[in-house]
Amino acid sequence: MEFFAWCVMAAGIGMGLGAIGTGIGQGHAIQGACEGVARNPGASGKILTTMMIGLAMVESLAIYVFVVAMIILFANPFTDQVLELLAK
Amino acid sequence: MTHPFLFLQWITEQLHLRVGEHVTYTWLVMAILIVVSFLASRSLTLVPSGVQNLMEAVVGGIEGLIEETMGEEGKAYFPLIATFALFILVCNLLGLIPGFYPPTANLNTNIALALTVFVLTHVVGIKKHGFGYIKHFMGPILWLAPLMLIIELISHLARPLSLSLRLFGNMYGHEVVLMIFLALVPLFLPIPMMLMGVLIAFIQTFVFTLLAMIYIAGALEEAH
Repeated sequence: MEFFAWCVMAAGIGMGLGAIGTGIGQGHAIQGACEGVARNPGASGKILTTMMIGLAMVESLAIYVFVVAMIILFANPFTDQVLELLAK
Repeated sequence: MTHPFLFLQWITEQLHLRVGEHVTYTWLVMAILIVVSFLASRSLTLVPSGVQNLMEAVVGGIEGLIEETMGEEGKAYFPLIATFALFILVCNLLGLIPGFYPPTANLNTNIALALTVFVLTHVVGIKKHGFGYIKHFMGPILWLAPLMLIIELISHLARPLSLSLRLFGNMYGHEVVLMIFLALVPLFLPIPMMLMGVLIAFIQTFVFTLLAMIYIAGALEEAH
């Protein structure tokens, strides 16, 4: 049973750590875009497109963590083995 | 972690068919797109109105985006990119209606889309440059080539992975968040999340099509 408790903890803590890094990275990106638009409002369209691509790239890190968390929670490959060991 | 009741799944169960929910809902999206395109192009008029007006605005917007990102060369890839954009957008927005399941919230659909982009970029590159396409993988300096080849191969192989996982993670994550909030406070709390879902649907469509365009444009340009 302890195995499943650790699984839930790993998913939660992992998602939190992943969100910290992604949040800081996206914040920097948006800061740069805001400064760029404030200096040259004419280029806002192009800045928006570039920022969106960058944000999607940064965001995919958090998405990987999310996918791993979901695998740990719902599709853990070791669940069957642990349940077998518990039944013994 | 999807909507508790999916009506197309219910129909297939009544008919004793064993089809995944992402397949049935992909069929639904295909039907929607075919019917809307048919209605829009059935009686073309010089001054558009109704469905034709809507589709002209959508297609014109995508065409402008392609020309902005890929230049004149990109016009040849307009059918593919526009199909990606329309299909993914309709799939994503379908998930906001109760009783519907977004096919993009299943990894199989996204891997099919991402592998299409992956294969196409290399086919286009080999068609355009012939054997010289290998220069794209060699890096700028000759004696660095063995190192660069490995790095470039890994980065190219990571493209379909990141392309499919990004779309899948966003759509599936949205479904999960929605279901959790629905279980906690079913009354008004899911509404802001659904509003954010509209935003996510549009942004992810935009990102997928833009990255597909950038990858194709990268295969088309000369190696440096």
